[in-house]
Amino acid sequence: MPDGSPFSVMHSIRIKGCETTIACAEGQKVLMAMEQKIHFPNPRPVRVGCRKGGCGACRVKVTKGAYTAEKSSHSHVTPEEAAEGYALACRITPLSDLEIEPAFLGPRRPTEKNE
Amino acid sequence: MSQEGLLRPGIIQLRVLDMDEAITHYRDRIGLDYVSTEEDGRVYLKAFDEFHRHSVVLREADSAGIDFFAFKADGQEAVDGFRKRIEDYGVAVEDVAAGEMPGTGKRIGFTIPSGHRIEIYADMELSETAPETHNPYIYKDEPRGMRAQRLDHCLLYGPNLPEVEKFFTEVLDFHIPERVDLPDGTLAIWMTVSNKAHDIAFVNHPEPGKLHHVAFFLEDWNDIGHAADVMTRYDISRDLGPTRHGITRGQTIYFFDPSGNRNEVFCGGYTAYKDHPTRIWDGNHVGRGIFYYERQLNDAFLSVVT
Repeated sequence: MPDGSPFSVMHSIRIKGCETTIACAEGQKVLMAMEQKIHFPNPRPVRVGCRKGGCGACRVKVTKGAYTAEKSSHSHVTPEEAAEGYALACRITPLSDLEIEPAFLGPRRPTEKNE
Repeated sequence: MSQEGLLRPGIIQLRVLDMDEAITHYRDRIGLDYVSTEEDGRVYLKAFDEFHRHSVVLREADSAGIDFFAFKADGQEAVDGFRKRIEDYGVAVEDVAAGEMPGTGKRIGFTIPSGHRIEIYADMELSETAPETHNPYIYKDEPRGMRAQRLDHCLLYGPNLPEVEKFFTEVLDFHIPERVDLPDGTLAIWMTVSNKAHDIAFVNHPEPGKLHHVAFFLEDWNDIGHAADVMTRYDISRDLGPTRHGITRGQTIYFFDPSGNRNEVFCGGYTAYKDHPTRIWDGNHVGRGIFYYERQLNDAFLSVVT
């Protein structure tokens, strides 16, 4: 499992509003790289929730760079939003250096059938 | 029989993003038994110590969360009685035909003011792998994974808590062992229709219809430790614990399934009787109420739901 070891291809992640640059291995999830680098007592710039693409806590917008995204809940990132660069940080891995900004929405959407 | 009407939680239907990953999680990690996959793609599972055909239903969808939570009644007469009371209360009731789920009789379903769908049914076949009843062993085959014994309860997030409380207590005959009251209203209620400390709980939340967690019952604190070992071995995302809840006194771990639905393994908890007074927590002590050892909420407790 890619774990940010020195043998992995590394990319740097800049998070808007955060002075720390995070090193993230190709294949590693951006959120997990952030969790390794920034932890208590320092506040995390991106919220940590389920780490599984379901809850939306780590929603971000990628403003620069290339990445791949695994399946995540459409109630937090619609296909249209995904095309605009929105993603859940726990589901994306970098293919280049990235610039991202936190985009957590909190409770927002009305009830939907979730079909 | 002294417990009449609704008996217990019987079925939860969950939405998952990837069915194969979900089956691995619920069968091999939590330790439920696989029962069947039906033509519409839904997958049915049960815990080894449950008597009836299934208790957990998984449906693949684009978003995680809960479709419905169903309570089993002690007979069709009770179901019919609840239908009348629910309709008289002004809530529309929908019929679900027998056989919509395999081995399951007809059900009624309705939406409560928090936006969740609740169902009631009386009949489900006994499982072919039900626990023994004649000179029984404690299990037929050794339990797998976290060794979940049964579906225990769920915690749901949604609006209109006072209306939810009124409906569950006045129409469905639940009682309230424990609650959190803030100056501007109720934050949370723990309700039971049996004498478990809770069969269902609600936290006030602006967005309707959300799932905070579904809980599975384990035997004891040793098995909670074993479950934590399983979580690390299989890199399961852990939210909090092992710890204890001040509310219910249950011992617990919160963690996530591969779709982001929060799960809980839970053991212990006090015995609740209808004539016991409600335990009440205020905002200054709710941290100890939820996480008894940490004595504070974590960031995810109030914000991370599916």
